[in-house]
Amino acid sequence: MSTTEAPNAPLDPKLLEILVCPVTKGPLRYDRAANELISEQAGLAYPVRDGIPIMLPSEARKLEG
Amino acid sequence: MSAPEIFDRALVARRRGRAAAHVAGVAPILEAAADMLLDRLDDTTHRFTRALDIGGRGVVAPMLRARGIPFVVSMDLSPRMAALNGGLAVAGDEEWLPFAPGSFDLVVASLSLHSVNDLPGALVQIRRALAPDGLFLASLPGLGTLQGLREALIAAEAEISGGASPRVAPFPELRDMAALLQRAGLALPVADMQELPLAYRSALGLVADLRAAGEQNAIRARNPRIPPRMLFASAFARLQAETPIPTPLPLLMLTGWAPHESQSRPARPGSADIRLADALGVPEQSTGEKAGR
Repeated sequence: MSTTEAPNAPLDPKLLEILVCPVTKGPLRYDRAANELISEQAGLAYPVRDGIPIMLPSEARKLEG
Repeated sequence: MSAPEIFDRALVARRRGRAAAHVAGVAPILEAAADMLLDRLDDTTHRFTRALDIGGRGVVAPMLRARGIPFVVSMDLSPRMAALNGGLAVAGDEEWLPFAPGSFDLVVASLSLHSVNDLPGALVQIRRALAPDGLFLASLPGLGTLQGLREALIAAEAEISGGASPRVAPFPELRDMAALLQRAGLALPVADMQELPLAYRSALGLVADLRAAGEQNAIRARNPRIPPRMLFASAFARLQAETPIPTPLPLLMLTGWAPHESQSRPARPGSADIRLADALGVPEQSTGEKAGR
């Protein structure tokens, strides 16, 4: 397995173009600082780990408010 | 809208994550199965440029790139398994597909949809992720998969404890598959069966391969108790009564297209502009009249 990427590698822009929220199928906003994909509609933040977006509702962080 | 929860998806995800380190050991089997599936690409003159590989376990994505497809994304329940593809990877669930409509012109799911609880729902989401005239290719282990192991475990458990618990997953039948494709709105659906001939020298070898592929029992109704000590010894002895142990893998091969106006389809009833009787050169008989004897 190649582990040349930094542990907090950012998301590939080619993926950002096609990803949607798996729950609402709505748009996602990429929070570069937190390395998270935000779905405002679902109130969920999907983490990006080692450059891999984790698009699983069970792994997403609930947004406050 | 809720499908019966046959499989424990969180458990499937953990097993696939653990298997990521060992899956290279079963790569030859996964490659042979993927080869049989991707052969279908040779039957079409389409050129594909954007492919989604679902659950390809590091085997399918390189094969797609070798066929000249420049953009390949791999998705798996386990991010570690997805990362084996050596390219763009996404952790995702077939039941919660995270892709915008029309993102791909090819979706390949080689031996990866058999532990999905809501298969019709997953197929609908896959169809939406396809651009018009995009192709969906999938193979699933069919009825008869691991039949020898299933029978040996049931016989052994019945003898030891007087009952049986589900230790091998249920597998679908071929005849259900074409209807499933159609129900998902896929055009020109085709389902056929091809067998991958496999045989094992020992039951332990078979079980080790299942584990390496991340395919241990993930049925929700599985017996949570530690099985009696004798169970596997007894089952494996039964299984090894004949060696090598024949373990054929019946692969259900599915093909369907995202609808597009260029595709052939049946004409509307009553839309013909020539009479069938004229085409056949026979006198027309109205319905209800018996043909002359």
